[in-house]
Amino acid sequence: MSAQSEDAVVEELAGSISARKKLPLDYILDVFEAVGGTLLRFFSAVGRLSTFIGKSVAHCFLPPFFPAQLGRQIIDIGYYSLPVVGMTALFTGMVLALQSYTGFSRFNAEGAVAGVVVLSVTRELAPVLAGLMVAGRVGASIAAEIGTMRVTEQIDALATLSVNAFKYLIAPRVIAGTIMLPLLVFVGDIIGVFGGYIVGIYNLGFSPGSYLSQTWDTLESMDVISGLVKAGVFGFIVAVMGCYHGFNSQRGAQGVGAATTNAVVSASILILIFNYILTQVFFS
Amino acid sequence: MSDAKLQLIGVKKAFGSKKVLQGVDLEVPTGKSLVVIGGSGTGKSVMLKCVLGLMYPDEGTIMVDNQDIRGLDTKGRERLMQKFGMLFQGGALFDSMKVWENVAFGLVQGRGMDRKKAQDIAIEKIVSVGLKAETGDLYPAELSGGMQKRVGLARAVAASPEIIFFDEPTTGLDPIMADVINKLIVEQVKDLGATALSITHDMASVRTIADYVAMIHEGTIIWTGPVEDLDDSGSEYVEQFIHGRADGPITRRVA
Repeated sequence: MSAQSEDAVVEELAGSISARKKLPLDYILDVFEAVGGTLLRFFSAVGRLSTFIGKSVAHCFLPPFFPAQLGRQIIDIGYYSLPVVGMTALFTGMVLALQSYTGFSRFNAEGAVAGVVVLSVTRELAPVLAGLMVAGRVGASIAAEIGTMRVTEQIDALATLSVNAFKYLIAPRVIAGTIMLPLLVFVGDIIGVFGGYIVGIYNLGFSPGSYLSQTWDTLESMDVISGLVKAGVFGFIVAVMGCYHGFNSQRGAQGVGAATTNAVVSASILILIFNYILTQVFFS
Repeated sequence: MSDAKLQLIGVKKAFGSKKVLQGVDLEVPTGKSLVVIGGSGTGKSVMLKCVLGLMYPDEGTIMVDNQDIRGLDTKGRERLMQKFGMLFQGGALFDSMKVWENVAFGLVQGRGMDRKKAQDIAIEKIVSVGLKAETGDLYPAELSGGMQKRVGLARAVAASPEIIFFDEPTTGLDPIMADVINKLIVEQVKDLGATALSITHDMASVRTIADYVAMIHEGTIIWTGPVEDLDDSGSEYVEQFIHGRADGPITRRVA
């Protein structure tokens, strides 16, 4: 048989196999293949992320340290996020006072407004909203910066200059995120309560003294501490997800864009999940 | 014991089912400049990244100064990197830093040198690649492509490395600037007495900077020899490549 006719036979056989009608078993196998493939990709991603987190945390504690880089990140993540977090906290506190007054007035419980505002802000709203706002501002910027460094070979250049990218790029951002978000949330707590106070006094007619005393009587140290612990965890999540997606960015502008989106989305979802877990731990 | 500064023995690397390096054997003699030529997608950059530890080979041995460098821990790898300098294809300059900070980066952050002393060395290197000292205060985005290559070269040689890698050093430059960069490479490598490994498509670059040439095709080295023998290699692959002919044993899939 000539080579040409052999090829024709092979093509004919391949055609007849692909044209064969699928049996029910084939459909079941397709489902198993799809589910198995998805699970494998999921566990592979979890494994990669866990390894990345482990290396990031280890390099936070192992010398050499880069204090100048850490200082820069503290300014970028902390100081420059202050206006965003402050505005979010202020208006959230104001809206919360208005809404809770509207609701509580139906039950003649207007006096609980100050307590509801301070508990809601310190326990939940300040850490969660600050976490989400910082995920949008800082997480995106970390992913875009490190992603661009990846695709322009700047991260490879670090290695050739005897500088470990985890120590120089990742560790300072993770440390700054974990330290600065609690500080931002602490400021946000004060501004949020102040927002509620402004509306309570000038809009709803509360007396300043009774509003403040009710706020103070309701608040316990654990309310503030739990919010700050949450903020530390959220800051870690934002920084790690930004670094992870940027560090593993694919080539080109599209790759960096996708890394930025994934950093914000994954950090936001993880913040909401961990908020539930931490609330359960603190208050159940 | 070999007198080669750098040796690759049977290095293999695959990405899934795609076998990029299929057993690369290569020696770079101490103090000499070897240029690897080959078409796009033949494994040149992957080979370089395996040597630099930016990728891990699946099989094979990579020796520097007769020491196997695979499996080095982080500290060992950082120490090894102090022997290396690298000029990247796109420059890979840190765009958030001034030019002199880029050049001094490896000295300050990698070796802990005093910042003022490192700045003096950086300015000296910037001048040695034909730029004005004031260029040191500009940012990379303010420089032309040729100037960025010069800064990349200054950064690669700033720490006086023993081995320097050049990845497509003349890509994207006009022929005159390419020749300037080639001559600077020769000058800098000779001044340092360094060993050089370059990868390029540019035959003018090969003839200027190479002592030895190797051709890579489909993940293996198919010819090596002194640059003087390049036109008389006896390899139809080398012949086709150096003359840039579409017809020959190297077939390229266009679509």
